[in-house]
Amino acid sequence: MTTPLTVGENTVDSLLRLDRMPHIWCQGCGIGPAVGCFTRAIESSGLDPDKIALVSGIGCAGRAAGYVKLDSFHTTHGRALPFATGLKLGNPELNLVIFSGDGDLVAIGGNHLIHSARRNMDMTVICINNFNYGMTGGQAGPTTPLDARSTTTPYGNFEYPFNVPYLVAASGATYVARWTVLHVRQLEWSIAEAMTKPGFSFIEVLAPCPTLYGRMNKEPKGLDTMHSYQERSVVRDGADPKDVAIDSDGPIVVGKFVDIERPTFWDQWKLLLDRAREKKK
Amino acid sequence: MPEDGALCGTFFMNGDVACAEGAISAGCRFFAGYPITPATEVAERMSERLPHVGGIYIQMEDEIASMNAILGASWAGLKAMTSTSGPGFSLMMENLGLGVMLETPCVLVNIQRAGPSTGLPTMAAQGDMMQARWGSHGSYEIIALVPSSPQEIFDLTITAFNLSERYRVPVLVMSDEAVGHMSEKVVIPRISPKELVSRRRPDGTQEQYLPYKADEDLVPPMAIAGEGYRFHVTGLTHDERGYPVMTVEAQDQLVRRLVDKIRLNKKDIIRYEEVGVEDAEVIVCAYGISTRVARLAVQEARNAGIRAGMLRLITVWPFAEDRIRELAQQVKAFVVPEINYGQIVLEVERCAAGKASTLLVPHMGGGVHHPQTILKAIKEAVQ
Amino acid sequence: MLDNKQGCKSLGTKEIRIAGFGGQGVVLSGLILGQAASIYDDGFSALTQSYGPEARGGSCTAEVVISDEPIGYPYVQSPNVLIILSQEAYNKYSQDLPAGALMIIDPDLVKPEPSQNPAPLSIPATRMARDMGRTVVANIIILGFLAAVSDLISPEALKNSVLASVPKGTEEFNTKAFELGYNYGLEHGRKGEVADG
Repeated sequence: MTTPLTVGENTVDSLLRLDRMPHIWCQGCGIGPAVGCFTRAIESSGLDPDKIALVSGIGCAGRAAGYVKLDSFHTTHGRALPFATGLKLGNPELNLVIFSGDGDLVAIGGNHLIHSARRNMDMTVICINNFNYGMTGGQAGPTTPLDARSTTTPYGNFEYPFNVPYLVAASGATYVARWTVLHVRQLEWSIAEAMTKPGFSFIEVLAPCPTLYGRMNKEPKGLDTMHSYQERSVVRDGADPKDVAIDSDGPIVVGKFVDIERPTFWDQWKLLLDRAREKKK
Repeated sequence: MPEDGALCGTFFMNGDVACAEGAISAGCRFFAGYPITPATEVAERMSERLPHVGGIYIQMEDEIASMNAILGASWAGLKAMTSTSGPGFSLMMENLGLGVMLETPCVLVNIQRAGPSTGLPTMAAQGDMMQARWGSHGSYEIIALVPSSPQEIFDLTITAFNLSERYRVPVLVMSDEAVGHMSEKVVIPRISPKELVSRRRPDGTQEQYLPYKADEDLVPPMAIAGEGYRFHVTGLTHDERGYPVMTVEAQDQLVRRLVDKIRLNKKDIIRYEEVGVEDAEVIVCAYGISTRVARLAVQEARNAGIRAGMLRLITVWPFAEDRIRELAQQVKAFVVPEINYGQIVLEVERCAAGKASTLLVPHMGGGVHHPQTILKAIKEAVQ
Repeated sequence: MLDNKQGCKSLGTKEIRIAGFGGQGVVLSGLILGQAASIYDDGFSALTQSYGPEARGGSCTAEVVISDEPIGYPYVQSPNVLIILSQEAYNKYSQDLPAGALMIIDPDLVKPEPSQNPAPLSIPATRMARDMGRTVVANIIILGFLAAVSDLISPEALKNSVLASVPKGTEEFNTKAFELGYNYGLEHGRKGEVADG
């Protein structure tokens, strides 16, 4: 189904900092394709790039902020969400996208993640999940599947991981989806949908890390992981988030799990302003 | 109340509330915070007042988030503040560094309480003075103002915003529980827009804008998000374009400028007050709440025939080192009362450089010095 | 001169300590006093407070220093007036009172030592407030009493400060409470007892 794009035809060049190429990501890494989906989602959604701000934390995925030609903020480890919260409230016209990794958003930034979802802060989170800490050399994290190898779980991971969509849905996110970077069309479409929907949207994007996680877990090439996505992925829109946990070799449920309406922080703030004005009279 | 919602008149209010009113008078329109004694009243006042002046208040999930939120709001163009104490100040250190690195104007208020750890939450101390200077990792310079009364915390909060906008650096208001919880008369004047400083904005075309190309004063003009500049900023070492550059040369150039923009402008930044130093043989060097007590001790020493004077530091950082070096030529001794076990005394000692002796009058926290204690030290110092 | 007893208290400085437990309006009383002195009497005053960790019911003290010049040391060293609203506060603060210090107690809350000399002035403010229908105004009754029995602050300033500090719509009720205490003070007090400091 996919039509290959040749370099000369890349229509999203205007959204990339070409003067920063080549990027630092490894051969076979899934972050680049996810950035590609993001830029094409901007294009297809018709949103004004001048009004989009991208905020990243630290880690391989966090480097995305440096490669997109948008107002982009590369902040500290785990802190992209509260930084983005300030930006959004400082200028509600901005369309906020947080592009970062699973370790950044779910471990060190976990508290910010659940509270941003609880507030239904109007922003879109693209969470690259490669099951490990890539930039520091392949350590286990909050999403590492049980029994998986990493540089800090040489005998296999003995901790249970988070089911991330379940976590954010329970915390109050109004849009929750999961795709892999194999699902480029669905991912692009999902990002565009999330960015145009008010409220807290969260998209988990499974991405290969052949250099580290893959090498230690019998998928030494990016393509190996892509094959595994192809074999294991099951598209199930509307699946109950509690049923979408990932283990090391079972099915990977992908799709749009949550798409509901709930007042955003800003909606609630406007109500508060009325109340405050009323009290002052 | 005037149209813009700023208060005006004479009030009996505590330091925390006066701080919040100073922020509003300075044009602060974003506050993010987390409840902590004895700084909570700053947040409470902001939550009540900001909705009426077109501002936004948000209670974050912790102090780490609060610090980040004000940085974000500042990049959206708002004047932003947070307030905290003790443990919360420690949690803010990580992203105070981000504020320094991204050159983000904002104000952080620390209503100091006694530590370490949870310590005495409801009682005063000045134990975070060195943390204010060195608390985040790496080499940097910071500005810290220290008020001694509710009136002064109002005034200095405005100064803090002005310096922050002028030099694109987070500015600390290092108050304490005694000032924060003490109520006194506070005169709130009509602040004219001329008295307020706003960050310099880029005037070139968007294509040519370099986020970290500094002007002659070493401060770069600042774009804000959403205006089409499509700039990139990072906590990594970066060049004028804002792009990460992982070299010793880039590090040298950046850190030098971040430090020098404060050091080379210190004449404009440093503030202090002198009382009877002209003929002094001993000078009490104090700051914050301790200066009120020190003033009484100095008066009493004069009555007892000792030529005592006081140097009241209003900015503790950058430190008034040139002035102390000068005074060290003249006096026998510096007496340094502080509500900690010796922090700023180290700076005084460094600048006195053996020309005059220094005598620490410590207080471990939980209250203020008794004037008698300082008087005793003055007498000891001149013997 | 500074000495250990008097500390740095200068002539013309008056110190008031109000002590009881949380929920009695101790801090509000201090605020009203301080505000009266600095705003309505155009002098200087500093209010500080200390309390235990409990939001209600713990010990609570407000200290007001009043002067005709800016205040250096903001805490009470040798009080001119003590308003004592709990036995615990009485036990803590009735020792070593400076000569001429005036103590005011609510006799339903505090049983003073019979040997205390001079005996404290009494006003059953809590009971009087209950009779008015709202115990929360006990502190306002006491402020009225204080205005009648001391020269620290002009009654006019104190009354204005009360009106500026109470919730909107309760001004009349609080004025009544203030006057009740004031009249009680004229009747039962010993005006002029407060030393000049």
